[in-house]
Amino acid sequence: MLSGIPLFPVQGSTLAPEVDALYFFILGVTAFFALLVAILVIYFGFKYRDDTGLKVGAPITGSIPLEIGWSLVPFFVAMAIFVWASVVFFHSVRPPDQTLEVYATGKRWMWRFQHVDGQREINQLHVPVGRPVKVTFTSEDVLHDLYIPVFRTKADAIPGRYSAIWFTPTKTGEFHLFCAEYCGTRHSGMIGSVFVMEPDDYQAWLSNGGLTGSMSARGEQLFQQLACNTCHLNDNTGRGPSLVGVFGSPVKLSTGQTIAADETYVRESILTPQMKLVNGYQPLMPTFQGLVNEEGLLSLIEYVKSLGESRSGGQQASTAGPAAAAAPAK
Amino acid sequence: MITATATESPVNYLNHQSTVASWLLTKDHKRIGLMYMVVVTIAFIIGACFAALIRAELATPAGDLLSSDLYNRVFTMHGVAMVFFVLIPAVPAILGNFVLPLMLGAKDVAFPKLNLLSWYVFVLGLIFTLGAMAYGGVDTGWTFYPPYSTDGSNSNVLLAGVGVFITGFSSILTGLNFMVTIHRMRAPGLTWFRLPLFVWAIYSTALVMVLGTPVIAITVAMVAVERAFGLGFFDPRLGGDPVLFQHLFWFYSHPAVYIMILPPMGAISEVIACFSRKNVFGYSFVAFSSLAIAVFGFLVWAHHLFVAGISPYSAMVFSFLTYAVAIPSAVKTFNWTATLYRAAIWWKAPMAWVYGFMGLFLIGGLTGLFTAALGIDIHIHDTYFVVAHFHYIMVGGAIMGYFAGLHYWWPKMTGRMYHDGLAKLAALLVFVGFNMTFFPQFILGYLGMPRRYHMYPPEFQVLNLASSAGAMVLGIGYLLPMIYFIHSFFKGEKAGANPWLATGLEWTTQSPPLPHNFIDQPIVTEGAYEYSKREIKVA
Repeated sequence: MLSGIPLFPVQGSTLAPEVDALYFFILGVTAFFALLVAILVIYFGFKYRDDTGLKVGAPITGSIPLEIGWSLVPFFVAMAIFVWASVVFFHSVRPPDQTLEVYATGKRWMWRFQHVDGQREINQLHVPVGRPVKVTFTSEDVLHDLYIPVFRTKADAIPGRYSAIWFTPTKTGEFHLFCAEYCGTRHSGMIGSVFVMEPDDYQAWLSNGGLTGSMSARGEQLFQQLACNTCHLNDNTGRGPSLVGVFGSPVKLSTGQTIAADETYVRESILTPQMKLVNGYQPLMPTFQGLVNEEGLLSLIEYVKSLGESRSGGQQASTAGPAAAAAPAK
Repeated sequence: MITATATESPVNYLNHQSTVASWLLTKDHKRIGLMYMVVVTIAFIIGACFAALIRAELATPAGDLLSSDLYNRVFTMHGVAMVFFVLIPAVPAILGNFVLPLMLGAKDVAFPKLNLLSWYVFVLGLIFTLGAMAYGGVDTGWTFYPPYSTDGSNSNVLLAGVGVFITGFSSILTGLNFMVTIHRMRAPGLTWFRLPLFVWAIYSTALVMVLGTPVIAITVAMVAVERAFGLGFFDPRLGGDPVLFQHLFWFYSHPAVYIMILPPMGAISEVIACFSRKNVFGYSFVAFSSLAIAVFGFLVWAHHLFVAGISPYSAMVFSFLTYAVAIPSAVKTFNWTATLYRAAIWWKAPMAWVYGFMGLFLIGGLTGLFTAALGIDIHIHDTYFVVAHFHYIMVGGAIMGYFAGLHYWWPKMTGRMYHDGLAKLAALLVFVGFNMTFFPQFILGYLGMPRRYHMYPPEFQVLNLASSAGAMVLGIGYLLPMIYFIHSFFKGEKAGANPWLATGLEWTTQSPPLPHNFIDQPIVTEGAYEYSKREIKVA
């Protein structure tokens, strides 16, 4: 922040310098072309002026080599930008394997965050510095968009499916968090703060509020309350498939198709179970639409995750670091 | 071929009939063009008032002038009025209607009655939209994204949607009319590669109008049906998909950007050729770049969806195609620049507007390289960077281009001149005011200020204040032409048939033209801009 008038945003994540480097590259390229054209146009404007209006210009109609040149040069410059920007983009949308998981729901006009150990916060998000964090979120009503400018990342919150952003904060402090997709009356009030804390402070903050039980414990409670456990037995003898090790692994459907069991698939299976039926099972499961809210769904998902990330990957529990590792112990 | 017409007739298309009915029932493309000008100017004034309210509100971080609900309605109606009722019709329906048949050496467009119908359809659409405004407005943003538009909003979405739906047909019919006119009504000898570049631009635009506009009509109809009857196209609670809407919407609305910018590009080619006294450099490349833009323009829609949860691989394809569509625009710019080389530049007002266009379009086009870059778009999507970018193209480019064309053809339309110095001053004010208004918004956007924000964090105030101050200069810049044009219409000096000593069939007939344009059928024997072959004589 330069003397009160900011001209350039704080670089708050590992991604920010990558995005900014590309930004300055494009700024250089575009400034060059803009100045080139502007200088020529202004120079010609002075040099070839004729106030009588009676002279005629030189009989020049065109030049094929020039046309090819000024088509190809911008094309190659554009392709360089395209490739570089795609690399940055994949860093931006592909989280690393080991992330601290946070869940969120957007709702007119607030953001609710849930941490796996149970803390919940509204319009505030506490994260530790130096660790990759992944925020998985959806919307309860209309479109929203979770945007944290200092991290240079955002994604739309879309009702009915999950989106995610990830970042590794590099600076401690309080930063803006915005809703970037127009959502009605108080759209501009749907803002909050990200607090990036030293790991110790973060641990202290975590232990201050975790009285409500971890998310997966809440999910497990719901799993019993909604009687999911009467069919989804862990030893695979129930009327529904066992959920141990399902998350993240491929699932064969009754249609013969194979899909990956991600957050959206688990959610869909709870709300519209008949849509994608697991191969070999009867369509017996009732819908839980209206019986469980978005936060409950996220807790259920976290519980399913805690049952093992992937069958093929052995019995390792959620790899989300100490916070998640502590969860199944409850 | 190009010689001044014989005797001037005192009868022209303006004065040969003077009753109100003779205007409202006219089938004359020139009168219809003027009628569009009146309606579009009214819509522009309405849209500009909303813009003034937006900038007044954003001068301070707090929401102290309007309520949030009202602010949301104001920016929505600014967008709806400007996009559907100003930018899309401005150059094709006003200038296109007026000069296209004249340029082709034709008596009128191919379907004059259909042309009049298009105007009525347009006005009907505007009436519905104004009705929606009068009944309290719409607050969905001009993009009508569901589920907000189908379920969340309490405003007059249906009424405004009907307005947009109806207006679309005006666009389709006009596009169809122009296409047939260009194919069938060219004067003897006027081959495709002798056509003025404005005609190529109008032809390309007409293709987009005819092929793209039905999609927005269908999409808006789907929103209306979902909102009214609960049919689930887009709302996930009804089994729909909100992202589907965005695909459909942008399948039209991105090509619509080319409906807005291609015709002004065509007008720019005409004005540059005339005031450089030269051929447009690389005529066929400029002509085909219009067609290329029209075709590629249909293949880039999903670059509006990079943060809307589409597959990263499809995002890459759309980013690539977006860079591809940038090339023909770059080619045009280089060709215009090269046209000025060894020209004989006559510095009249239309040329000042061309220079303004070049500056603003350059910035608008080049900032597209940022928004098309996937890694950067994630950050700047839905921020003021995008707002600045599209205003540079759609207002900086399209409206500057419209004014360049209007200042060029005004003497033909009215038979009278306007004050050259004032017109240059207006171009300068618009250029300076525009940059003051929108350049700070690039910085705001990269800082992270989201668009459509009624209130904002206080550290953004200085740049917002600069933007609001610029808007005042811009407002004066736009007001000025209304004053000197009205003065010119009644009191201006007589222009004569060809005040700019320009080539082109429209300058061979008298100003204002005869009701049926030409006395004898013109015959064309050379290319569009053969200035260098002729000796220009004072008229």
